[in-house]
Amino acid sequence: MQMQSPALASADAVPVLALDRVTKSFPGVTALDQVTLALYPGQVTALVGENGAGKSTLVKILTGIYQPSDGTIKVDGADIRFPTARDATRAGITAIHQETVLFDELSVAENIFLGHAPRTRLGLIDWRTMNSRAQDILTGIGAHLNPEAKLRDLGIANKHLVAIARALSVDARVVIMDEPTAALSHTEIHELYELVEKLKAQGKAILFISHKFDEIFRIADRYTVFRDGQFISEGHIRDIDESDLVKMMVGRDMDQVFPPRDRNPGAQVMSVSGLCHPTEFDDISFDLGRGEILGFYGLVGAGRSEIMQALFGITRPSGGTVTIDGAAITITSPADAIAAGLVYVPEDRGHQGAITPLPIFQNVTLPSLGRTSRNGFLRLAEEFDLAREYTQRLDLRAASLDAELGTLSGGNQQKVVIAKWLATQPKIIILDEPTKGIDIGSKAAVHAFMAELAAQGLAVIMVSSEIPEVVGMSDRVIVMREGRMVAELSGDDLTPEKLVRQAAGI
Amino acid sequence: MLKRYLTSREALLFAAIVALCLLIATRFAGFVAPSNLLRVFNDTSPLILLAIGQMIVILTKCIDLSVAANLALSGMCVAMLNLAYPDLPVAVIVMVAIGLGALMGMFNGILVWKLAIPPIVVTLGTLTIYRGFVFLVSDGSWVNSHQMSPAFKAFPRSELLGIPMMSWVALAAIVIFTVVMTRTTLGRAFYAVGGNPHAATYTGLNVGRTQFWAFTISGALAGLTGYLWVSRYAVAYVDIAGGFELDVVAACVIGGISIAGGIGTVGGAVLGALFLGIIKNALPVVDISPFWQMAISGAAIIIAVIVNSRTRRNTGRIILKSAEKPA
Amino acid sequence: MSLSEHTTGRHIPDRLRSPLEARLKSWESLLLLVAIAIFVANSFASPYFLNAWNLSDATFNFSEKAMIAFAMALLIIAGEIDLSVAAIIALASTAMGAAVQMGAGTPVLIGVGLGVGLLCGAFNGLLVTRFGLPSIVVTIGTMSLFRGISYIVLGDQAFGGYPVDFTYFGRGYVFWVISFELVLFALIAVIYGIVLHKTNFGRAIYAIGNNPTGALFSGIRVARVKFILFLLTGLMSGVAAICLTSRLGSTRPSIAFGWELEIVTMVVLGGVNILGGSGTIPGVVIAAVVMGLVTFGLGLLNVPGIVMSIVIGALLIGVIALPRLWAMRRG
Repeated sequence: MQMQSPALASADAVPVLALDRVTKSFPGVTALDQVTLALYPGQVTALVGENGAGKSTLVKILTGIYQPSDGTIKVDGADIRFPTARDATRAGITAIHQETVLFDELSVAENIFLGHAPRTRLGLIDWRTMNSRAQDILTGIGAHLNPEAKLRDLGIANKHLVAIARALSVDARVVIMDEPTAALSHTEIHELYELVEKLKAQGKAILFISHKFDEIFRIADRYTVFRDGQFISEGHIRDIDESDLVKMMVGRDMDQVFPPRDRNPGAQVMSVSGLCHPTEFDDISFDLGRGEILGFYGLVGAGRSEIMQALFGITRPSGGTVTIDGAAITITSPADAIAAGLVYVPEDRGHQGAITPLPIFQNVTLPSLGRTSRNGFLRLAEEFDLAREYTQRLDLRAASLDAELGTLSGGNQQKVVIAKWLATQPKIIILDEPTKGIDIGSKAAVHAFMAELAAQGLAVIMVSSEIPEVVGMSDRVIVMREGRMVAELSGDDLTPEKLVRQAAGI
Repeated sequence: MLKRYLTSREALLFAAIVALCLLIATRFAGFVAPSNLLRVFNDTSPLILLAIGQMIVILTKCIDLSVAANLALSGMCVAMLNLAYPDLPVAVIVMVAIGLGALMGMFNGILVWKLAIPPIVVTLGTLTIYRGFVFLVSDGSWVNSHQMSPAFKAFPRSELLGIPMMSWVALAAIVIFTVVMTRTTLGRAFYAVGGNPHAATYTGLNVGRTQFWAFTISGALAGLTGYLWVSRYAVAYVDIAGGFELDVVAACVIGGISIAGGIGTVGGAVLGALFLGIIKNALPVVDISPFWQMAISGAAIIIAVIVNSRTRRNTGRIILKSAEKPA
Repeated sequence: MSLSEHTTGRHIPDRLRSPLEARLKSWESLLLLVAIAIFVANSFASPYFLNAWNLSDATFNFSEKAMIAFAMALLIIAGEIDLSVAAIIALASTAMGAAVQMGAGTPVLIGVGLGVGLLCGAFNGLLVTRFGLPSIVVTIGTMSLFRGISYIVLGDQAFGGYPVDFTYFGRGYVFWVISFELVLFALIAVIYGIVLHKTNFGRAIYAIGNNPTGALFSGIRVARVKFILFLLTGLMSGVAAICLTSRLGSTRPSIAFGWELEIVTMVVLGGVNILGGSGTIPGVVIAAVVMGLVTFGLGLLNVPGIVMSIVIGALLIGVIALPRLWAMRRG
């Protein structure tokens, strides 16, 4: 791995936007440590790094949400500061955020023009001009949306188009795209790529933040790598390959190796037959054996999480049977599911999985309080014992067990959430995107742990959108499309190509 | 364009109000006579003014429980000002009332903005503080009709085109705030800040400052209403409009303003206030004891919030293609 | 399944701070200092303050409100609120008054008071948990509805003529200066303290208040817990209605008017986060005493009640604002 000097790499053009030794510290943490970044007109720069590398802090500095503690930002070579988000917009910098930061109750046109709406001579908002200009911009990016429609009536892909239209409405010269494809389907992603090409052709400098290597190598011209808040390297994407990039990201050689497993499932523990729901899924049937890892693959919105949440008692299926250990059971709440030995580690950790303001140990024992208490009265010593047993097993890094869960990193929070469910001593564990949003090191730990759980006889259902993970970990994979099971793959049939083809219906 | 302002929620409430009036007319036809409806509107004007201010505050995910206390303090202050300087023109009195109210609103707003204290806590505190100050400034005594100058008392009753000034003030507020809410950047900022504070920050809006202005407007309207109230009823004392803050919140809830923020219109707030005003005025004429009023408005609030939650219920994502067609 | 066979993780201590240290630095300690300061100031300000009977009288200022405040604290920690509590008192008291007119004795009156409280709580709980409505709006509505029913029944009249033995709940003394209400207050405080801090149910309340979805996904029956909390709040309003009616000896529809805001003030002053998720029962106990002492002390100095409300309001904002101002000054 060779380190390139930023000065050398940027010799071919003048950057529109340049960061020079920018530092951002928070009490106790340095999120960014003297990082450097340069964005060039008509080029896509991919910003790559593990979680915690400082990417989101950087976006917040560029958009005026945070102020750098040190260092300089230059636009067209001149020093500039963004005291507020509005100043960043004025400087021609706009961001399309990871979560759509738009307004559901406002119209499409207003979402595009909020903060810089056209005015009449009296200083009032000129709705007519606003609507027609919105229409022009939307047509320009091939989006056929009514500017007067309320945003909440739009699907996620169309909301993204509105966000992009917003970026264009300010006549931005720098467009930041923060994981723009995270919630998009296959075709929608391709439409986004075309749009990025259009923006490039218009001479805009694009900062593209993504975890997906395939798209980085497909649309980026340059790359910049951060690690642990520090600048590591930058250069032309044509000069490197995937493994170079991974090396720069993790700082060590790392080919994605999955733990070896004995793929012979034991006796059947669970059987699902004809499970259906009025709007979300239909005719779902499968069996699951002890020690088996059953993968569920599909595009986002294929109905995988919806099935799992129905099994766990969050939503009510409209028909079908579920048997666990040969006995038919009805699950109407998560409490029923836990009692039956079925647990669910949700995808949305911050919202559904973790109760971040509570201490670590209380998070771990929450579903197991029946075991650590007597007649409904808490026993703290037993709680700490249980929490320690399972968090240590997952190699948790934390100062103390009574620390707030929210103070931990994403990977460690995920360990606590998994520990919480293992502490209930389940027969079946459903892991929904278990490695989403955690760094590569923690991912490997989670994978190893899953293999170990299966080896000990636990039945595992894994919902995942990461093909290597699905192929590498599963004994068998059920592919979902539009709420239905479309294929079941195992053994030699279980290849990335087949997964993608089945999931996309091609 | 009309459709923009009369979205289904307001239209539904308007229909309910028409139905209510017709129902009352079957018992007492005179109720729907234009002159009587104007009288009802005039009587409801204070509630309309306060509901508009409260709507803006609720839009930004806050609540202002101090409006009635603010009204009482502003009203008492201008009554005493009038007592001390009977020759002061009404225009000055009105400006002082608005200014005092706005200051009290700003105090709420600054605590919410700069110290990030939850609005319900702030206004719960200032509700008792402002009310206590009414006692302090007046020493617990009343300012009665005979102590007020004729001009001071005359303004809300004086008529223009056959309509009392108090109604004109309410009408002006409706027009002004409809324009503010739909055609100015500040008005749209109220919606944005309440609808998605996180996104608002990214759009360059200062959430706290926008909330500050909402409280300021609510306070200014409460101050103005304070003068109108005191002069119209020709009396000022510590307990005027006691508990009125909850009527104001009720008007907003009935008017379809979402307590979660971001949803609501001036029209909705006005209709919500009128609904309560009509019930209050209709009960005596249809021979129902006025003691029924409280229970009826309570029931109306509960029904309104149930109806609003039903119409607002999202259909959710439909994954199954076969399920898309019907429904 | 045994997972402890080959423990690989490093040791994590239970706690870094001792519970005692945490307790000393808590909101409750600060509030206790405030209470002591007010107590000392009062005893200097008025020669009548340090008198057992006077102090006993002072407890009536807060004990009825505090009974409801404990249940309200649980509800607020769970992320909900009940503004209809004072209206429930009015309705329960009206129902008891009506029962008296029909010749009911004290045991029946107690049943009626508690029963109406429970019914009202159940109605609130049902609207909030079954229809998924925001509790602040629902209870503003039921506040008008419940008190409105009292007005329909009573108009400008009053119920009276309560049995002689009924007066014990509001005016009786267990021994010497210790009133029945004070004993009941202490008993309820202990029960709520245990429920919130020592039971699984209490833990569930904190979990729900901090993250209702996360609590649901952790197997907590969120709707059921919330419903029970509304029931408890209704029940405590019924208890307070019995004590207050007994003490006053009559029922008017305006009984306990405005108490809901005083009770919420008491809870927030006690360190309960109005947004849910944190707070303690000892904090609410101290807050109740602080409010009682302020009201009583200023009363001895002949300060009118309305001015006391300025002090209470300023206290509410001040105790929350000052630490924040101090933190801003430092960092």
